[in-house]
Amino acid sequence: MKPTDISAPDYFHKVVDCQWACPAHTPVPEYIRLIAEGRYSDAYMINWKSNVFPGILGRTCDRPCEPACRRGRVEETPVAICRLKRVAADFKDDVKHRMPKVSAKNGKRIALVGGGPASLAVARDLAPLGYHCTVFDADPKAGGMMRSQIPKFRLPDSVIDEETDYILGLGIEFKGGHRIDSLKQLMAENYDAIFVGSGAPRGRELDIPGRKEAAANIHIGIEWLASVSFGHVEKIGRRVIVLGGGNTAMDCCRTARRLGGEDVKVIVRSGFEEMKASPWEKEDAIHEDIPILNFMVPVGFKHVAGKLIGVTFQKVKAEYDAKGRRNLVPAGEPDQTIPCDDVLVAVGQENAFPWIERDCGIEFDKWNMPQVDAKTFASTNPKVFFGGDAAFGPKNIIWAVAHGHDAALSIHKMLSGEDITERPLPEVNVSSQKMGIHEWSYDNDISADKRYKVPHRDKVIALKDIRAEVELGYDVKLALGEAQRCLNCDIQTIFSAPACIECDACVDICPMDCITFTDNGEEEDLRTRLKAPSPHHDQALYVADGLKTGRVMVKDEDVCLHCGLCAERCPTGAWDMQKYLIDMTYAGSTCQSKARSAA
Amino acid sequence: MPGLVPGIHVFLFPGHDEPGAAGVVMTYIAKPKFHHPGLPKNDLGYTHRDYEGKISTLCAGCGHDSITASIIEACFELSIEPHRVAKISGIGCSSKTPDYFLGNSHGFNSVHGRMPSVLTGANLANRDLIYLGVSGDGDSASIGFGQFAHSIRRGVNMTYIVENNGVYGLTKGQFSATADRGSKSKKGVMNTDNAIDLVAIALQLGASFVARSFSGDKTQLVPLIAAAIRHKGASFIDVISPCIAFNNHAGSTKSFDYVREHNDAVNRLDVITSRDPITVDYAPGSVQVVEQHDGTRLALRKIDADYDANDRLAAMTFLQKHAAKGQVVTGLLYVDPDAEDMHTHLDTVETPLNTLEAKELCPGSSALDKINASLR
Repeated sequence: MKPTDISAPDYFHKVVDCQWACPAHTPVPEYIRLIAEGRYSDAYMINWKSNVFPGILGRTCDRPCEPACRRGRVEETPVAICRLKRVAADFKDDVKHRMPKVSAKNGKRIALVGGGPASLAVARDLAPLGYHCTVFDADPKAGGMMRSQIPKFRLPDSVIDEETDYILGLGIEFKGGHRIDSLKQLMAENYDAIFVGSGAPRGRELDIPGRKEAAANIHIGIEWLASVSFGHVEKIGRRVIVLGGGNTAMDCCRTARRLGGEDVKVIVRSGFEEMKASPWEKEDAIHEDIPILNFMVPVGFKHVAGKLIGVTFQKVKAEYDAKGRRNLVPAGEPDQTIPCDDVLVAVGQENAFPWIERDCGIEFDKWNMPQVDAKTFASTNPKVFFGGDAAFGPKNIIWAVAHGHDAALSIHKMLSGEDITERPLPEVNVSSQKMGIHEWSYDNDISADKRYKVPHRDKVIALKDIRAEVELGYDVKLALGEAQRCLNCDIQTIFSAPACIECDACVDICPMDCITFTDNGEEEDLRTRLKAPSPHHDQALYVADGLKTGRVMVKDEDVCLHCGLCAERCPTGAWDMQKYLIDMTYAGSTCQSKARSAA
Repeated sequence: MPGLVPGIHVFLFPGHDEPGAAGVVMTYIAKPKFHHPGLPKNDLGYTHRDYEGKISTLCAGCGHDSITASIIEACFELSIEPHRVAKISGIGCSSKTPDYFLGNSHGFNSVHGRMPSVLTGANLANRDLIYLGVSGDGDSASIGFGQFAHSIRRGVNMTYIVENNGVYGLTKGQFSATADRGSKSKKGVMNTDNAIDLVAIALQLGASFVARSFSGDKTQLVPLIAAAIRHKGASFIDVISPCIAFNNHAGSTKSFDYVREHNDAVNRLDVITSRDPITVDYAPGSVQVVEQHDGTRLALRKIDADYDANDRLAAMTFLQKHAAKGQVVTGLLYVDPDAEDMHTHLDTVETPLNTLEAKELCPGSSALDKINASLR
């Protein structure tokens, strides 16, 4: 293998699995260390810079970081990264004075359609650069689906208000209750750029017999959740069936439990494991006495005299074809009718752009989705950009934020007369953490603690009050314990071959058998000759040559604990532990000096 | 470690714990308990991590730590039950190391140079254990030279490992008795005394398994230790183990660079413990197979085609010739597969002495009468 080029920004970024997996590339280990130090405000600001909504995401994020977390490959469970983010938000001091200053306007006007995370992220990045940002939303307050979709017992209004206010406080014009019904009209107002962050607002229908007849008691999940959120709906029948296996279904069933639903069931086509809902959301639903029934396909709504009385299901089973693709085939059992008073349909969301005239320069594909560039988020109209669910269909808040950053960069570059396809590389800072002979600036002692559970409000009380937040969050002590589980994957093992005397001290001490000195070879072959098995080929091998014996040093990054023992036991300092910080490129960051809030 | 019921532990570690003397300080944090999720397990269900001891307090980079790792690996590969091992040492950096491996085995850190007699006594009392004697060049070639010699000539069934760095590390780098004449100290002083070659002495005193290796070459060292453990009789391994703090400079003959440049390995060893036929795809005649008492077969892949590991005299000559040229001869230098040990010489009972009851030890007056009668 060729020696690893550790100066390539992506190399060590990938080693920080959580950060690499995060669409916004939040520097997770960095803020977790700050939490362990009790520097909650600093931890919050690092998050705020990167993901814009730490308090909201700390409660609701889909956590792509956690399945990626190295800890999950070392023991059973990853670090509770998401809930630690909430700790930063919960325990921070007043951070208003740390927000960017409202700057002098540069005379350019940006219109943002939709007041959700994507638009707000764009506005957050552009307003401090002097752009006049106008955010339009049909709802009276900012937040979009974060406010209308997510039940208050998961995400209180106070958290949304606080974090949307930080952004609106940057001198952004928010036009609530102002639905945009025509893009053409908006374009006529001569904005310098338009960002479309209008989400995927339409709930998918379930067109099966009886749908029309029993319509009074069949509700589209996301619409129903929004009605609950705005206080238009306050109760539901005693027996409720929720159709669908995603997170919206989980929100629907738990909300129903709080509005009078005593016998609430989630019924899903697929098996339990393949459900789209996050495992922890399924857990929370089950904890609230909601059974999840699988492999049942709804085939008809039963009704008597226009009144829904139940849903009929066909039983199916999963079969896998030669290519390993799953097909649901009839199980051969008789259909089953489950009686109910109300049904909530949560079988997916769709985009809807009836307000975009098809002749304003924006090309749509055959699925009626706008053609959007995956890097620049530009549409075929050079002045119109898309982001969030509006760009590529329903995803999660953290994706919307990541899109927002990239779209903001494009808008800024376009309005600065630059080529938006040229994306500046992120800035990387690597610095030794050595403080003494074996003293490091980070706590390298590895905690063996298991993942700490987040305390929940007592179920009886929680089910009585739809606005009572179920999760209480970690207290300071639990947060410290959980923070200590982080393996500090951003503190990299850096090897210097000229200093190495090949004494094997690092090989002998490494608790994970990551390091091998051997003859070089092709990757396939090298992986079979390492000191420990190397099953994860997506995890890099760090190869260094230039050793006296002509061998190479090969380190499998896969399960390295970043404990620094290799560096501590190295007699010549050939190993060093160096902190790798990557500063993602944001709008304006290439021409502005970047002061870090913590290093 | 699950399912282990270790026997009585005797840990007597005197106050020789000043690795700081070298100015290269030990590690503070404990080695994390986490291990690689895919680590292979041996027949007992243990990983090699289960054979570890405490974290080393030796200087970073010490060759002794690699020998520790090799002992761990050899015991893992042989699926040795840790409670069946007694590790016995004297005094010195080397003699601290039994604390760093086989944390669930019996141990005795004895007096300076007295490891061989403590080991001999332990072996006489309980022949059922596997005895690992761990010593250094100071412990075995100076203060314990006599003890070393007598344990070898008695054929005590043991694996005697000398961690040989040619220097007194704990007292800041004076030449030891194994330092080569003409080699230089860290301060540039020339050694004018002749060196004791412990391998040559062991051969002369009748050790039935003699090897030399290098801490920086585990592929050679691990099978040698495994074979020595399986050998019934006095096994002696001299392991050159560079002292990072005081003997790893130009002019030293025990440095990483010097040993790598002058290493003359006569063979490579594969230890085969299963009954499977030996299939080693090397040219005919290039592999010498030695079957030991317990059925372990040693496949010696010859590097030096003329070297015969069954010829004690030839080995001695070979060693002297190569030493004169400044070469460090390594490998399995001599093995007598039909060796006898001390218990055979003394015709002791098969039952370990420490489990003999009064009935066997005092068979009664009629037995005494018989003995007396035989002497009349």
